[in-house]
Amino acid sequence: MNNFTVAIALLVLAALAYQMGLVRGRGVASLAGPRATHSRPGYHGALAILRAALPAFAIYVLWVIFGNQIVHTLVLGTIPIEFLPQDAMQQKVLLQRLANIATGFGVLGEAQPYEMAAADAMRHYQGLGQVLVAALMATVAALGLFWSWRTTTAETRARNKVERAINIALIFCSAVAILTTVGIVMSMLGESLRFFQMISPSDFFFGTVWNPRFATTGAEGQSGFGMLPLMGGTLLISFIAMLVAIPVGLMTAIYMAEYASNRVRSLVKPVVEVLAGIPTIVYGFFALVTVGPLLSALGAGIGLDIRATSALTAGVVMGIMIIPFISSLSDDIITQVPKTMRDGSLALGGTKSETIVKVVLPAALPGIVGAILLALSRAIGETMIVVLAAGNSPVLTANPFEAVSTVTVSIVNQLTGDQDFASAQSLVAFALGLTLFVMTLILNVIALVIVRKYREQYE
Amino acid sequence: MNKPNNQGYAAIEAKVKASLQRRQRQETRFRLVGVGAVLIALALVASLFGTILSKGLPSFWQATFEIDVHFDPEIVQIGPKPVQASGESPAQFKERDMAWQMDLGFVDFSQLLVNAIAKHIPAAADSPRDAIALITSGEAFALRDRIVADPSIVGKTVKLKLLADANVDVWLKGNIDRSLPDDRQQLSAQTREWADKLYADGVIKNSFSTAIFLNTDSRSSLAAAGLAGAFMGSLMMMIIVILLAVPIGVASAIYLEEFAPKNRITDLIEVNINNLAAVPSIVFGLLGAAVFILWFKLPMSAPVVGGLVLTLMTLPTVIIATRSTLKAIPPSIREAALGIGASKVQATMHHVLPLALPGILTATILGVAQALGETAPLLLIGMSAFVSAVPATPFDQSTALPVQIFLWQGNELRNFFEGRTSAAIIVLLALMLSLNSMAIWLRKRYETRW
Repeated sequence: MNNFTVAIALLVLAALAYQMGLVRGRGVASLAGPRATHSRPGYHGALAILRAALPAFAIYVLWVIFGNQIVHTLVLGTIPIEFLPQDAMQQKVLLQRLANIATGFGVLGEAQPYEMAAADAMRHYQGLGQVLVAALMATVAALGLFWSWRTTTAETRARNKVERAINIALIFCSAVAILTTVGIVMSMLGESLRFFQMISPSDFFFGTVWNPRFATTGAEGQSGFGMLPLMGGTLLISFIAMLVAIPVGLMTAIYMAEYASNRVRSLVKPVVEVLAGIPTIVYGFFALVTVGPLLSALGAGIGLDIRATSALTAGVVMGIMIIPFISSLSDDIITQVPKTMRDGSLALGGTKSETIVKVVLPAALPGIVGAILLALSRAIGETMIVVLAAGNSPVLTANPFEAVSTVTVSIVNQLTGDQDFASAQSLVAFALGLTLFVMTLILNVIALVIVRKYREQYE
Repeated sequence: MNKPNNQGYAAIEAKVKASLQRRQRQETRFRLVGVGAVLIALALVASLFGTILSKGLPSFWQATFEIDVHFDPEIVQIGPKPVQASGESPAQFKERDMAWQMDLGFVDFSQLLVNAIAKHIPAAADSPRDAIALITSGEAFALRDRIVADPSIVGKTVKLKLLADANVDVWLKGNIDRSLPDDRQQLSAQTREWADKLYADGVIKNSFSTAIFLNTDSRSSLAAAGLAGAFMGSLMMMIIVILLAVPIGVASAIYLEEFAPKNRITDLIEVNINNLAAVPSIVFGLLGAAVFILWFKLPMSAPVVGGLVLTLMTLPTVIIATRSTLKAIPPSIREAALGIGASKVQATMHHVLPLALPGILTATILGVAQALGETAPLLLIGMSAFVSAVPATPFDQSTALPVQIFLWQGNELRNFFEGRTSAAIIVLLALMLSLNSMAIWLRKRYETRW
């Protein structure tokens, strides 16, 4: 009884149920006449599927999830206590060995008598379980079919019932998004609380030393978990990124929305939007092999000491990444400003640029601020560029030419490599993640509210 | 009233003219700044692609030996390949087969390669260490695999294409400074001289290599490292994303747009989805690490976990895009269906949804393309582990294309892997761009303006 045969059997069952419902539906319809029947025959068929195939399917899913565990527990119960290994790992090995004997694949060396007995028991229980499950599925399906057949009348509100089922399925799907958020918050909060039992929150939020790798001895190592250097690095890089992205992105948006001919627009817009689709790991590589050395050489030319991997490199490349984000959002917002406002300004004799600067931009400002906030939240949460290009040195500095580290880089560092999930070194990643989540959440909510207000204003 | 005289008019006119000139100059300046911004953006796209292409394209061609290899029975001393006897359990056969392969492992395959090289450079036989450095180490194992596949090859001479060592590739392409002193070169002076000679003789050619597409990642044989494992991992994850994110996302968009009552709960769901779309991807990685790996005990580094994490990440994108597609369908369609007696479900499923299908498809492809390039969350669920096999099931260890790029860019042999990484990026970008252009084509082909 493998998954494939069960799938075929269930499909056959569904087809059978549908056909039966269909036939029955037609039967009652022809007796009562089309005007007196509530639902079309197809809905009777669908209802029969829901009543027969769905419960059978549910039973099989439960068997797949729990069946092996039940069999394993029963098999381990048959093994004499003196041969039963204590720890879970060895039990797993033994069960694998028994399964090899039971399927006839064989094992190396002589199988012990108790192993043979246990393998027999395993075969027995597996067979029994499969027969039981198959019988149960068949019974449930037959009952469902019977129930459908018996209760179908011309007045049966089959359509409403099927639509109700569809509705419930749709609601379940919508709940996934909520569950995701709940999952994020619960997992982060749970693990963060475990972290804060080891390290006090004030040391974490206000500490100025980030050195978790070497502070492994619990209470004495508290000084190593201060996140201020990381936050400083994050904000510094985001600030540089905004300095690059806002002027270029905004001016591009203004030019595309107000000046560019349709031809230029249709050519340039997709090209700029290509930037938005490029994976961030590619930007990181670009920063590492091109922008970093370039900035370093430029710095050497004017007598500045710029490291190839620095806050500046990461910030500039992150700015490049954000340009299309700002430009396309602002473009939309600028185009939404009503034409009458422009016409008013032009009629009073304002030049185009005066119209843009004094009329269009002030009107679009809330929307643009919203776009910038969204871009900022993206910059703060960006990971791969900073992992590759920021230099990974967690020091509290305002000098953009030095290497820094960020919140996201530290999350990656703490959770990759062979670390134990129960140690403060790993758990700190969740505390950092929670901080990051809350920060971006606040930015997003403000931005979304602003953008929404703005949309309503002109719609 | 104070009427200005002629002189006054002239003064005002001069003033206005001056200010007009100033304003028009301002206008031109503003416009130029706009053009400048657009040009900067275009230049950035150009330099990004220029860098990647110029570094990546040449490394699809690799230094390759085309050389006769004699499978000398003197060197390959090995019994016949075992066959499963009747009455033998699979476990026993497996043991015998392993023993045979173990014997094969003791064969000095490098000697076969040294002999092959010695036919062109007789001196190579005397310093095999310098000679074997020419060929990437994985090729010796490739010879073994050939014998496993076909034991009758022993005793024959076969013309083979063998990849040169990564350092030889770097040397011949000039990616390392040739004037560096011996102690800073990766290869011995002898090996370098032979490499140049073989290249001049045409034994080593710079030919198109399929290794990057067909092989898996390798630590010992860098020249043969490829993307096959990562590609398979990415493919599995994308299938999981499509199978889960599309039905769930579309269903939830339909519910929110067509059925949900307008109340505070649906408002909350809407705000929540908009927020999820803007949550940093690394947070989804943390979610995956905590929920799927810590709580559900799913295996680390497995495509199934990666697929689930990327599904959760893609879901908001699919929902938002599907909703906007549904919004764009005029209410008259629904009203017409409802007017002739269809139920709400019928109106939606029979009329609205088919019209929205192209938009949904486009949104799906864009969402999948975005998920394909995502790296950070995968690092947190352990997909950055070194894996040298193509995953057979979604529960096996695996990497993904962007993660492979991340791993390769960090390799110590920078001269070789800068090109290799760029080549991998070209493969990834090509996949993404073809997905994107497919989406654009679909949108153009089926777009309806109401």
